[in-house]
Amino acid sequence: MRLHEYQAKRVFADAGVPTPASRLAETVEEAVDAAEEIGYPVAIKAQVHVGGRGKAGGIELVENADEAREAAENIIGMDLKGYHVRTVLVEEAVDFVNELYVGVTMDRGAGKPVAMVSTKGGVNIEEVAEEDPDAIAREHVDPAFGMHPFQARKVVYDAGVDRDLANDVAGVLRTLYQLWDDRDGSDVEVNPLMITSDDEVIAADAVMNIDDDALFRQPELAEMGEEAADGDELEQKADEYGFDYVRLSGNVGIIGNGAGLVMTTLDLVDHYGGSPANFLDVGGGAKADRIANALDMVFSDENVDSVVFNIFGGITRGDEVAQGINQALEQFDEIPKRVVVRLAGTNAEEGMEILNEDLVTVEHTLEDAVQRAVEYAGEVDT
Amino acid sequence: MSVLVDENTRVVVQGITGGEGKFHTEQMLEYGTNVVAGAVPGRGGQEVAGVPVYDTVQQAAREEDANASVVFVPPAFAADACFEALDAKGVDLVVAITEGVPTQDMSRVYRKLQETDTHLVGPNCPGVITPGVAKLGILPGNIFSSGNVGLVSRSGTLTYQVVDNLTDRGLGQTTAIGIGGDPIIGTGFIDALELFEADPDTHAVVMCGEIGGEDEEQAAKFIGQHMDTPVAGFIAGRTAPPGKRMGHAGAIVSGSGTGTAQSKINALEDNGVPVGDTPEEVADHVENLL
Repeated sequence: MRLHEYQAKRVFADAGVPTPASRLAETVEEAVDAAEEIGYPVAIKAQVHVGGRGKAGGIELVENADEAREAAENIIGMDLKGYHVRTVLVEEAVDFVNELYVGVTMDRGAGKPVAMVSTKGGVNIEEVAEEDPDAIAREHVDPAFGMHPFQARKVVYDAGVDRDLANDVAGVLRTLYQLWDDRDGSDVEVNPLMITSDDEVIAADAVMNIDDDALFRQPELAEMGEEAADGDELEQKADEYGFDYVRLSGNVGIIGNGAGLVMTTLDLVDHYGGSPANFLDVGGGAKADRIANALDMVFSDENVDSVVFNIFGGITRGDEVAQGINQALEQFDEIPKRVVVRLAGTNAEEGMEILNEDLVTVEHTLEDAVQRAVEYAGEVDT
Repeated sequence: MSVLVDENTRVVVQGITGGEGKFHTEQMLEYGTNVVAGAVPGRGGQEVAGVPVYDTVQQAAREEDANASVVFVPPAFAADACFEALDAKGVDLVVAITEGVPTQDMSRVYRKLQETDTHLVGPNCPGVITPGVAKLGILPGNIFSSGNVGLVSRSGTLTYQVVDNLTDRGLGQTTAIGIGGDPIIGTGFIDALELFEADPDTHAVVMCGEIGGEDEEQAAKFIGQHMDTPVAGFIAGRTAPPGKRMGHAGAIVSGSGTGTAQSKINALEDNGVPVGDTPEEVADHVENLL
C-alpha cells in the first residue's frame, strides 16, 4: 500500500525529518488560501500515485495568487496518466543548491534491508540505478540489529556527500530506517532531499510504501491507505471483495485460483491469439459466494466479451465453485457474456455434476478452455 | 529415492488445533504421512485426529522424535512459529504453509536460517510431496505419481497444473517442492536444484518460475555451471504489465525492466534449459530430456 505524498510527509515530519511548510487543498479556493498563507513562491502538486508528476503537468511552481488560481484550476480534476486528481498539496518552494536521494528498501535477493544514498537525487532513481549503478551507495542492514550509526555514516560518505552535510543526511537516513522498521515499510524514500544554501536538508518529496501483509499491525497507516485509495473503479471494487485483481486492456475475462495459475491462463490467452482483460485470483478455498462475486466483477468490465474460468482445486473445491457459477448465472434472463469453465483437482467431478451446462461451456483441459474463450471473444468482435 | 521427505520423516504440525491445521493433518495422515505430534501453546495433552498435542515443538521433537514441522499458524504468529521450529533440536525440515507473513518478519527468520542447517520451505507455499510416501502441506495427493522427475515451483496451483500434465503422460515425480511466491523465502530454486542434482533417482527436473525478482536468472546460471541433470522450465507472467503486482507478493515487474518473464526465459534458454510456452509443452520437453 502506498501513501500519498502529503501523508508520507506527515509521517516523516512527525519522526523528525525536516519538510517544507505545506497544506492540503481540495478546491481552487482552498489552494489559493493555502498559497497566500504559506507565502510565494509555492509548488502546487497533484496527490496521485503516479511517478513523473512534474513532467505530466501535475506540479506547477507559482509566484502569485493569479498563478496559484490558474495552476489549481489546471490540476484539480485533471486526469494524470489515468488517475483522477482530487487533491493538491500546496507547498513552500525550497530554494536549493543540491539534491540527494535517500532511501531504504528490502533487498529481496539478499533477504535483508538495504539503505541507499546518492548525490544524483531529483531524477528518476530507477534510471540512475540502471545506467550508473555506482552512483548509488548501498549498505545492507542486519534486520536483527537494525542500522548502526556507523553504517548510516558509511553509506553517506561512500555516496560522496559533502562532509559538512554528512551528519544531517545520516540522521535523515537513520530516521527513515527506523520508520521502515517500525511501520513495516517496503520502500521508504526521500527524493529529492534538498540542500539549501544554508546547508539545511529538507525532504521535498516523500515516498512510503507499506507491506500489505503487515497492515494488521499498522492500523493508523491502514486508515490513511483508505484515504489514499485511487485508481480504477473496478480495482476498488476488487479491494472491497478482497480479490487480487489487475485490470488489463483486452477482452477475455479471466478468473482462476492461485497467482501462478492465473498468470499462466493470461499467458495462454495471449499465446492463442487473444487478449486478456484482467488478472483475477479468487485465492485459496473460495466458497460459492466468492465465486459469484468474481463473476460479477468480470461481468462489470464492459470490455469483456468472454470469460474463462480456470480452477485447479487443492484447498478449493470444485463443487463449491460450480455452485457459485450457477448462482451467479441463474439470475440472468440472458447471460451477457459467454463463459467457459475448466474444473480440475479436488471435487472436480462433483462440480461437473452440479454445473448447469446450459449456462456455460465446459472444457476439460486448460489449453482447450483458453482456446474456446479466445474464439468466443473473437466472434463478439466481428 | 527422494529429496527432503522420505519414509523416515516424522512430522509435528504447528497449529494443529486450528481449522486448516486439523483438516490438513487428517489429509496428510490419509496420504500416509507419519504425523506424530501437534504443537500448540496451551493445548498440550489434547489429541487431534489421534495425534498427541504438545505445548512446544521442542517437547514434540523430544517425546515423539519429530524431525520435520509443518506450520499452519496465522500470519501474525507464523514467524515466531518458524523461529520455534528452527530452535527445536532434531527438526531439520520446516514447511511453512501460512500465507501473508509480513516481509520484515521473514527477513528476520531468513537471517536466523543462515545460522542453522535446517531447511525451511515457504512460507506461502503448498508444501513438499514425495508421491506415495508422504506429503507435508496442502497439495492434493491424488494428482501426483511416483517416478523420476523432480519439480520445484514458486506457485501452488501452477504446480498442480504442471504435475497433471506430467502424470497424464506417465511422467512420475521423485519429489515436488512448492517454494512459495513471497519476496523472501527459505528454500529457493538453487537449494532445491542442488538437492535434485544430488539425488540419483531424479533424472530430470521441472522448474516453474514467474515474474519478479532475479531468482530464476540466478538459478539458470547455477544450472549452466553445476548441473548434469537436465532441467525444463516454465515462466508465468509473460503478459504482466510493469508495476502491477500479480497476486504473489513477489510477482511484480519493476519499472526498470528487471524480473520480466522474457529475461528469465532468456536466462534459462541460454543455459540449456528448454522453456515451454504452455504447461503441455513443458511435459513435451521433459519427455525429450529423459
